[in-house]
Amino acid sequence: MTESKKPVLETRNLGITFGGLKAVQDFNIQIFEGELVGLIGPNGAGKTTVFNMLTGVYLPTVGSVILNGEVLNGKKPHQVVSSGVARTFQNIRLFKQMSVIDNVKAAITKDIKYGMVDAMFRTPKFWKVEHELTEKAMDLLSIFKLEGKADQLAANLPYGQQRKLEITRALATDMRLLLLDEPAAGMNPTETAELLECINAIRDRFGISILLIEHDMSLVMNICERIQVIDYGLTIASGLPEEIAKDPKVIAAYLGE
Amino acid sequence: MKKRTGKGYIINTAVIAVIIVAFAFIKSAFGGNEQFRLIIVPSLWQCCYLIILAASLNLILGFLGQLSLGHCGFMAIGAYAAALISLAFQRAGVFTEKAGPAFVLVLIGCILAAGILAALVGLLVGIPALRLKGDYLAIITLGFGMIIVNIINNIPFAGQEGLSLGSASASLYKNGLGFGTASKVTYLWVALIVTLICLTMMFMFIRSKYGRAIKAIRDDEIAASASGINTSYYKIFTFTFSAFFAGIAGALYACANATLSTSSFAFTNGGILNSTFIVVMVVLGGMGSLTGSVVSAIVMFFVNYQIKNGLWVKSLPGFLGGIFAYPMLVYAIILIAVIMFRPRGIFGTYEFSLLNFVRDIKEHRAKKALQKAGNKEAKSND
Ligand SMILES: Nc1ncnc2c1ncn2[C@@H]1O[C@H](COP(=O)(O)OP(=O)(O)OP(=O)(O)O)[C@@H](O)[C@H]1O
Ligand SMILES: [Mg+2]
Repeated sequence: MTESKKPVLETRNLGITFGGLKAVQDFNIQIFEGELVGLIGPNGAGKTTVFNMLTGVYLPTVGSVILNGEVLNGKKPHQVVSSGVARTFQNIRLFKQMSVIDNVKAAITKDIKYGMVDAMFRTPKFWKVEHELTEKAMDLLSIFKLEGKADQLAANLPYGQQRKLEITRALATDMRLLLLDEPAAGMNPTETAELLECINAIRDRFGISILLIEHDMSLVMNICERIQVIDYGLTIASGLPEEIAKDPKVIAAYLGE
Repeated sequence: MKKRTGKGYIINTAVIAVIIVAFAFIKSAFGGNEQFRLIIVPSLWQCCYLIILAASLNLILGFLGQLSLGHCGFMAIGAYAAALISLAFQRAGVFTEKAGPAFVLVLIGCILAAGILAALVGLLVGIPALRLKGDYLAIITLGFGMIIVNIINNIPFAGQEGLSLGSASASLYKNGLGFGTASKVTYLWVALIVTLICLTMMFMFIRSKYGRAIKAIRDDEIAASASGINTSYYKIFTFTFSAFFAGIAGALYACANATLSTSSFAFTNGGILNSTFIVVMVVLGGMGSLTGSVVSAIVMFFVNYQIKNGLWVKSLPGFLGGIFAYPMLVYAIILIAVIMFRPRGIFGTYEFSLLNFVRDIKEHRAKKALQKAGNKEAKSND
């Protein structure tokens, strides 16, 4: 990581209060191109809240989110997506009553260049775009080996594959920055290892940056290039994995004072 | 993946052609039959607009996942728009008899205009209303349905004499479209084709990016917006699109009835045209299945017909007969029964497709043939 590079995502003194509760304060982070950064902290520290502010679900009370020099605050979630940020959720949120492939196709919103008239009359343009969408979706599904399940209902997938489908759907948005909220939650060690491999594969293939929330310390220490730790909404440490592991404040936060 | 070919088109076109030929045949064979003219044809007209109503509300209820109780309001707009516009043309002397190419043109124009006007109002109502969700949306759309009826009641030219100013009553006696028995038979094809076109348009809608987007919103709105779907846009679009068809259904209603009265569109109306009845049709057929809406519209038409005209209903003893005196009660019971015993409706989200149907039959035959061959082999081995 060279400091002269411009960050993909940058936040400046980001903060939000719910009623009297200061859920997140003075949150500053920089993520550079192709980087994998970890965001960790105890339960209720404010990690998911940070994601919600980055993606336009919550409007920050103070501070700003800057993506490639463009201010994201106040943008709606779908506008944030079209700026190139996609996410997954801590509690899986799929389109349960839709097929696996439609889950992915629904998220490819950028290059659909047909309108109502094409849809009503099934013009050649319609078929061409739909074929392209199907091809692209199948291609993305093959990353997590889900192509065999394309026509199944998303609700019928086993838990691990639902997590994978959610990541696939995020990839379908053509993002440059991927936010993963505890992707390994509820997975067994083999599944987690497999997920790790896939995350690396995705980075190599798409060259995207990733911000990862994770409770599994070994996973975070293994794959993250940098880690930022928050507790009670405040950043208590940030740096390389080795530094974080030794940081007394982090140890105190995790073991409880 | 299955590759799309022109097969579906060919099969569907062939079936439509068969229907049209069969229809022409039936009309020439039974055209003089009293039963056909007085019962079957009016029933078909009613079924047509009920099917359009149910299917179009299903777009909002079943596919978009929003509760709207004001669908009859859009239908009322369509009905009055078609009636008044046709009346204006009649007064202007474009047509005098309900026959001839000029009349057919006016008829088709009125149906289209009814849809467009209802869609415009749908857009205006949808923009603020769809900021709300769930019960709040239900209440605001319910209120909207009532407001529409009241507004029409107070429009001077919507009164008894139609476009003659000053008589502000709810009823429109001289309806430019209002078909008598003979015209209903003559123009049945218009109703059937309009219904077919509307259904096709709705199918095309749900089997495109629009359908994917609104189903995604139904399943998880937060995830949909986090996947780049502009949820407000698709919600308003679907609401408008659905109102368009409700307006068309209203125009067909105006054709099938010599008199229009706002009270038949009121929420409290015990007949077939209230928003609860339409909701029951959608829920019974299956939220998220247009096929279900078509079937349940026909089923509910029969239920309503039996309640109104069935001799067996009149011979029911005291208490039971009492229930049937209040059709709304029967619909409510049907709704509760469906929700208790078959919450996803008759069809769930199943859609009938001729192509798949043909394929399934072929597969079934192939399987049977295989089994037979297997049996023979087993026997010869014995
Ligand atoms: N919409 C909200 N309204 C009120 N309080 C909220 C809201 N969202 C989050 N909070 C509060 O903000 C704090 C941080 O929550 P957050 O979900 O971000 O924690 P987290 O770090 O993701 O925890 P976990 O590891 O359990 O997922 C919590 O105290 C939570 O109760
Ligand atoms: Mg969280």
